[in-house]
Amino acid sequence: MLLGGRDVIRFQNVGVRYGLGPEILHDVSMRLEEGSLHFLTGASGAGKSSLLRLMYLANQPSRGLVSLFGHDIATTPRRDLPGLRRQVGVVFQNFRLIDHLTAMENVALPLRVAGASESQIREHVPELLNWVGLSDQIDARPSTLSGGQKQRVAIARAIIARPKLLLADEPTGNVDDHIAMRLMHLFEELNKIGTTVVVATHNKALVTGFAYPRLHLANGELSVLKAGTPFAENDDETNAEGLR
Amino acid sequence: MPSAPVLPLTRDASSRFLPWLIAFMVWLAAMALAAALVLSSFSEQWRNDLTGTLTVQIATAPDGQLATTEHRLNRALDILRKTPGVIAAKAVPLKKISELLAPWLGRDVVTETLGLPIPRLIDVKVQPEAIIDVAALRERLNKEVDGTQVDDHGAWLYKLIALAGAIEAIALAVLALISIVAIATVIFATRTSLTIHRDVIELLHVIGAKDAYVADQFHWHALSLGLKGGLAGVFLAATTLLGLGSLWTGVESSLLPPVSLNIWQWACVLAVALIAAGISTVTARFTVLRALGRMP
Repeated sequence: MLLGGRDVIRFQNVGVRYGLGPEILHDVSMRLEEGSLHFLTGASGAGKSSLLRLMYLANQPSRGLVSLFGHDIATTPRRDLPGLRRQVGVVFQNFRLIDHLTAMENVALPLRVAGASESQIREHVPELLNWVGLSDQIDARPSTLSGGQKQRVAIARAIIARPKLLLADEPTGNVDDHIAMRLMHLFEELNKIGTTVVVATHNKALVTGFAYPRLHLANGELSVLKAGTPFAENDDETNAEGLR
Repeated sequence: MPSAPVLPLTRDASSRFLPWLIAFMVWLAAMALAAALVLSSFSEQWRNDLTGTLTVQIATAPDGQLATTEHRLNRALDILRKTPGVIAAKAVPLKKISELLAPWLGRDVVTETLGLPIPRLIDVKVQPEAIIDVAALRERLNKEVDGTQVDDHGAWLYKLIALAGAIEAIALAVLALISIVAIATVIFATRTSLTIHRDVIELLHVIGAKDAYVADQFHWHALSLGLKGGLAGVFLAATTLLGLGSLWTGVESSLLPPVSLNIWQWACVLAVALIAAGISTVTARFTVLRALGRMP
């Protein structure tokens, strides 16, 4: 079902529960406009990863409506979901690079699953690896790369297919502040060319250093905060209730 | 430079043991199939013998005179030749009967011991589609020539055919069981591989791979393993069958026909390798698609 408008993502009264456990997200309602950039914050266990998993269609909500690029996920035929997922780039917290593949092959993966030709892959992947500063690591396997290099390979893989939506789960968690800032500038550049970006982070300096609105999760409830809204005192505390 | 497969299935433990298991099952299946085919040929041949011939036995004349016996024989031949459905009726020469009895009574026993009540035999050829009422024929013959026996070989040949049919059915059941075990083995191995590579498969799913993209990798891998195991199994089966065939030729028996597979039967046995590869491919693909179908 096409829900229209320029919303990239729309959630209405979304709830998530794993098995018979407690509800991780309660009544989440929000919309992300095309071309926006948001931070996603919240204490550990607040449900950030669960929210992101809904956004990249790894999970279905227990209740409520999730719409991606105007398509109600509950009513979209399963065969059409891969096409929607290809429009979403994901940078995972633990990179999720495939160990036996080279940096080039890891980055090429989204193009391969989309059926791109070898000539397209040979043209675009080295170009992007060069752009993220890894032109000399094209044939390197993940086990030989540093944390920062792995992060850049993961980012290159997330953006190689020019996604409309980029989701980054703690992209700065394994890198120093300098690289964190560089990564954030990279996301800004992608946002400027029209990519909608969501960056989940614990890094307060990063959030306060860039003037973008914030999706904040606390106790499974989401609030949308304007840019510059200060952090509450207990924002860093682990949300034990929400842990799964 | 060719890229490495996304799912390193060749490194799985199942990639090492599955071809051997398939080879063993293909060997068993090919042997069972060959047994079924050979028994089917035997049954067919015996059935043809049954429907195509009769043997009539004329008892020696009560006076023991050769001329009287010959007269009884000719009378029976007349009746048989006039019976609808009979193509030919031919008396077995005394010399031939003598040869048949030679192992027990010595050579030329018939001519030398005319006093012995050796019965005369008539070979009757019957049209294949004709249905001869053996009981009625026996009655008619006995009216003219008493002490005549008509044997359609059915009494013992039917039992033999039934036995061969039962063994053939068991061989086919073994074949079916082996197929089921092969399918179960491939399902188990594929599920194990799915578990081993769950992280990569979930990643592929998230970046937009269709189920068929993942299933294709299992499909080609299973085909490769199935062909390797299948060809090895068929090679072993062919070697075994050729060995058995050469042993069989040393056994002389008028009851057991020569055992050999014709070209089509050999093709059936060799096709077991392809069928095994097909079963493993289809099973692996179906198992993967079923598992992926449970993902959102």
